[in-house]
Amino acid sequence: MTLLVTVSSFGIGAIMAIPLMLGLRSNYPPIRAVFRLIVDLIRGVPTIVWLFLLYFGVTLGHLRLTSLSAAIAGLGIVSSAYLAEIYRGGFATLARGQIEASHALGLSPATTFIRVLAPQALRTSLPSITTFLLALLKDSSIASTIGVTEMVFSATTFSRQNPGTAGLTPFFIAAGVYVVVSVPLAIVARRLDSRLRRNN
Amino acid sequence: MDFVQYLPQLGQGLLVSLQLTAISVTFGYAAGMLLALGVSSQLPWLKWPTLIIVEVGRGIPSLVVLYVVYYGLPSIGLLFDNFAAAAAGLTFTVAAYSSEMLRAGIQSVHRGQNEAAMALGLPQTSTFTRIILPQGLRSSIPALMGLAIQSFQGTSLAYSISVSELMSKAYQSSSITFQYLQIYAITGLVFAVIAVPSTWTSVWVERRLAKGFA
Repeated sequence: MTLLVTVSSFGIGAIMAIPLMLGLRSNYPPIRAVFRLIVDLIRGVPTIVWLFLLYFGVTLGHLRLTSLSAAIAGLGIVSSAYLAEIYRGGFATLARGQIEASHALGLSPATTFIRVLAPQALRTSLPSITTFLLALLKDSSIASTIGVTEMVFSATTFSRQNPGTAGLTPFFIAAGVYVVVSVPLAIVARRLDSRLRRNN
Repeated sequence: MDFVQYLPQLGQGLLVSLQLTAISVTFGYAAGMLLALGVSSQLPWLKWPTLIIVEVGRGIPSLVVLYVVYYGLPSIGLLFDNFAAAAAGLTFTVAAYSSEMLRAGIQSVHRGQNEAAMALGLPQTSTFTRIILPQGLRSSIPALMGLAIQSFQGTSLAYSISVSELMSKAYQSSSITFQYLQIYAITGLVFAVIAVPSTWTSVWVERRLAKGFA
């Protein structure tokens, strides 16, 4: 469940971050200001508040979001803002010459963006993206507060059902699983990063 | 608009959140400094234990840290009340994160600075406290400011161990009025109103400092 929440909200965030990033890089200052405000506002509100807002606050008629969908949506919103900022950072490091060279070669703006700028930006922002993914893995524990039965939720339930005997053990097991998942992920990310760098 | 009468409650909660932030940042940065010194130490018996503390602190979600301190430690005889547990747990997380920032800052100081101080015959301690540390601190200031803002937001997790901070006040008020959307939206805005200008300030400070270095 922890992995499901992490992966789906990361997927949502990775996609929704693209329009946000384009807004942040817009040539028109008013649009840029609006998107800057949106992104800062999303990042300024703690994740747990987002989850509670979506889970308790949003009602469509008599329907309410289930705890799982509220958690995925909330974490997805938060990730989209953070990832938009990371993408923007990646594009900001590109030399202006890249755009000018593509212009000179007669490439259309869309092709320039997709084939020339995006791959390079993705490469430079990869380390930040993986750092964020690891942070998200840990933030998914917050979903337990709105009743998603992920790892921390199970650990809490188990320790409450067996007071006295269980104590710290379930939390240490949960902590161990976080470490077991995140360390290989970090190693893979580092490998991937150094391979991309070599190609450069 | 009967949620308006709960605004003072939210205000009280905010005060508790700010207290938690102040405590965890103050003690967290101090402990983080010690951990950073430990990790960069040459002595293996000092280096490895601190490294493990730091990696564990960064590897475990701070929600789990709070649960361990509040629900777990009593089983080995350490009993905290909610506020103390939240303060201790958040301080631990902040210490682990800040130690890496401080260490990165100290390492970013050029080797030549150390060599020049040696050549001038300065003793090792004053080389560190008067030359390396001030420059290292300066380059880690932006990261530390960012962490302070994050730990302000992180205090909302203390809700889960029933500390009466902003988030739990919001929860109480909304379960009385059933105006979940309004109250959580206001709560979110309160966090944002503090966090967003602080972020802008930290960006501004970062630019100022970068100018000084050039």
